Amino acid sequence: MTMTRRRALLLGAALTLSLTAAACGSSGDAGSGTAASSTVSDADLQKALDTGGTLTVWAWEPTLKDVVAGFQAKYPKVKVNLVNAGTGNDQYTALQNAIKAGSGVPDVAQVEYYALPQFALAKSVADLNAFGAGKLNGTFTPGPWNAVHVGESVYGLPMDSGPMALFYNKDVFDKYGLTVPATWDEYVAAAEKLHKADPKAYIANDTGDAGFTTSMIWQAGGKPYTVAGTDVGVNFGDDGTRKFTATWQKLIDGKLLAPVTSWSDAWYKGLGDGSIATLVIGAWMPANLESGVKTGSGKWRVAPMPQWEAGGKATAENGGSSLAIPEAGANKALAYAFVKYANVDEGVKTRVDGGAFPATTAQLQDTAFQNKEFPYFGGQKVNEVLAQSAAQVVTGWSYLPFQVYANSVFNDTVGKAYTSATTLQDGLKAWQDASVKYGQEQGFTIK
Amino acid sequence: MVSGHSNVRGAWRTQDRSWIGWRFVGPFMAVFALVFLAPIAYSIYLSLFRTRLIGGTVFVGAGNYLDVLRDPQFWSAFTRVAVFLVVQVPIMLFLALLIALAIDSGRLYGSAFFRIAVFLPYAVPAVVATLMWGFMYGTRFGLIGNINQALGVSLPDPLSPGLILASIGNIVTWEYVGYNMLILYSALRVVSPSLYEAAALDGAGQLRIIWAIKLPALRGALSIATIFSIIGSFQLFNEPSILKALAPNSITTYFTPNLYAYSLSFAGQRFDYSATVAIVMGVITMVIAYLVQLRGTRKAV
Repeated sequence: MTMTRRRALLLGAALTLSLTAAACGSSGDAGSGTAASSTVSDADLQKALDTGGTLTVWAWEPTLKDVVAGFQAKYPKVKVNLVNAGTGNDQYTALQNAIKAGSGVPDVAQVEYYALPQFALAKSVADLNAFGAGKLNGTFTPGPWNAVHVGESVYGLPMDSGPMALFYNKDVFDKYGLTVPATWDEYVAAAEKLHKADPKAYIANDTGDAGFTTSMIWQAGGKPYTVAGTDVGVNFGDDGTRKFTATWQKLIDGKLLAPVTSWSDAWYKGLGDGSIATLVIGAWMPANLESGVKTGSGKWRVAPMPQWEAGGKATAENGGSSLAIPEAGANKALAYAFVKYANVDEGVKTRVDGGAFPATTAQLQDTAFQNKEFPYFGGQKVNEVLAQSAAQVVTGWSYLPFQVYANSVFNDTVGKAYTSATTLQDGLKAWQDASVKYGQEQGFTIK
Repeated sequence: MVSGHSNVRGAWRTQDRSWIGWRFVGPFMAVFALVFLAPIAYSIYLSLFRTRLIGGTVFVGAGNYLDVLRDPQFWSAFTRVAVFLVVQVPIMLFLALLIALAIDSGRLYGSAFFRIAVFLPYAVPAVVATLMWGFMYGTRFGLIGNINQALGVSLPDPLSPGLILASIGNIVTWEYVGYNMLILYSALRVVSPSLYEAAALDGAGQLRIIWAIKLPALRGALSIATIFSIIGSFQLFNEPSILKALAPNSITTYFTPNLYAYSLSFAGQRFDYSATVAIVMGVITMVIAYLVQLRGTRKAV
C-alpha cells in the first residue's frame, strides 16, 4: 500500500509540476509578429533536413515519442534523441546548468509558457523570427501565441495549450438538483447548496495553487504583472484581482472548498466518489481524468468556464508548454525544422491522436476533432467546448520573468488565507512583496 | 655531521616509513579530497559570489553571510528546528532509555522480539515512513478520518500549521527510538555482571542499580546519541519535504534550514545564497555538537 501511494504521490508531484503551473508569459503586444528579419529561408530548412544530422530533444511530453518516429520516417537522414531530462523544474535546472557549463545543451527543449520568459530574458533560447516564425501568426490560438512572445521576438513554438473550462460531475449535480453555473455568483450559490445538502461534498478543492489563482485573475481581467524588458511591476490591487478575491473569499469563509491538494491521492479519490463536484482547469484535463479517475467514467461533463458577468465570454489559459531552441545548440536550422514538424505540420495530428490538446487553430477548428465523442464524458463532444474556450482567452496577460520562483513561494504567503484568518487579498499582497523582493535581488527594476 | 652508520640508516628508514604511510593513505586521501573537501571548498567559493538574472555574477565577499544573519526566514527556520531539538530529542532519548533498561532488565518475555520490533522502524526508509504517517494523519481518508468517522469525534488535524511540527516530531521519534535504544542497550551489555552481583549482595534494589550502575555506565552512549540527534534535528529535511505535498500551507519553503537551502537553490536559482545558508548551518551544528561533546566527556571522566 505504501508503495502504490508513494508512486502515486511522486506521479502527482510530477504532474503538478508539468500541468498545474500555468501558462503564458508575454509582454502583451504580440500578434503583430511579422517576420522582421528572417535570415534562414524555407529552402535552407529543407536543405538542413536533406543533409541530415543528429538532434537531441529534451521533453517529457509523452506523445512526442510518436512524433519523433514519424519525423525520422519522413526524414531518414535525421536522427532524433528524445531525452526525458526531468519534468518541469527539474528539467529547467538541468537546462540552466548545461547552458551555464556550455556543454551538453540540447538542440530542442520543452519549456512551459510560464517559464519561457526566464530563458528568453537570459537570451538562452533563440529568437525564432530568424527562421521565419513570424509567418506563423494566425497558426496558433492567441493565448499560446502570446505566451511565446517577448516583445516582437518569438522564443518557442506552442506545443499545447490549456484554455480553461468547467468540468463537473453530472451525477452529483443531478442528485442535488444543481444547475450548471454560468456565472461565478451561481457557482458560489451551487457550492452552498451542495455543501448544505451533503456536508461531505464540496463544489471544488483548493488549498492554494499559484497556477489556478493567476489563471482566475487572468479571466477576471486582472493584470497584476507588467513586464517591459527588465522593468517589472507587481500589483495585486487591481480590479480584476479584487473581483476574484471577493468571490473566492466567500468560498473560503464558508468552508465550501475541500481542503484537498490537487494531484494528491485524496484528490483523485474525491473526483471519483463525488465529494469534489467540479474542476475549473485547463483543456488537458480529459486525458488525466480518464487515466487517473476511472471510477468517474460516464459521470463527468464539460461546460464553459463560469463568467464574471452574465453572458460574458472570457476565459484564461492554465498550463501548456512550448518547444524552444537553446541558443547554444549546434544545428539550429535543423532543430527549427523539427519543432515546426512537431508543432505546426504533421506532428500536430500525431499528438492530437495521442490525446494531446493542440494549440493550432487548424486542428481546433477541425470538424473531426470537434465532433469526437468521449465515452468517459457520456459521449459528449468535449473538444467543442474546449476549442471554444481557446478562442475566448483574455489577451494582454503576462507572467513574471521569474515566475518559477514566485510560484514556489505562493503557499508560504497566500497559503495562509486557507489556514488562518488572513484574507486572500492580504495573502496576495504578501506574495507580491515576496516577488518584488526577489526581483530586486535579481537586479530587476521594480516599478 | 655524520656520527654513525646506524643513525643515517635510522633517518632514512624514518623518511621511508612516512612515505610508505602516505602511499597507503594516498588513495583514501584522494577520495577524501575529492568527495569531502572539494564540495566544501566549492560551497565556500560559491558563497562569496552573487549571481543575478540581471547583471551576472559579482564577488560580494561576506555579503551573503551578512544577509543570512539578517534573514528572518533563516532565523525562523533555525528557531523551528531548535524548538524541535529541545522538545523532541529528550522525549525520544527518554523513551529509548526506558526501552533499553526494560530489555536489559531481563524481566521481559520475548525481549529479542521486542528489541527487533522497536528497531524495525529505523530500517524503513524515511521517505516511506513519512508517506505512511502522512497517510494516517489524513483527516479525510486517513486513519484520523476513520477514527473521526467511527467514533463520531472530531480530532484536530495533525497536518494543520499549529500541529505539523509535533506531527513531524512523532514521525521522527517513531523512526529513531529503536536506533537510539540499540546504542544504549549495547552500552548496557558491556557492564560487568559482577557489578550487579556486588550490588545485589549489598541489598540494592532494581531502581538503585539503575541509578548507581546503569545510568553512569550509559553516560558516554547518551552523549553520542544526543550528538547524533542534534545533527539529525538541524538537518531535518525528508519529513517536512514529503509532507509538504500533503500540507502545502503548513510547511513553508523555509520550514527548516535545509529545506530553505533546497528551495533557494532549486526554485530560486540562488545557489550562492543557498551555499551560504548551508555553511552557516553547518558551523552552528558543529559548534553545538562540540559543546555537547565537551560537556559529555568531562562528566564521564
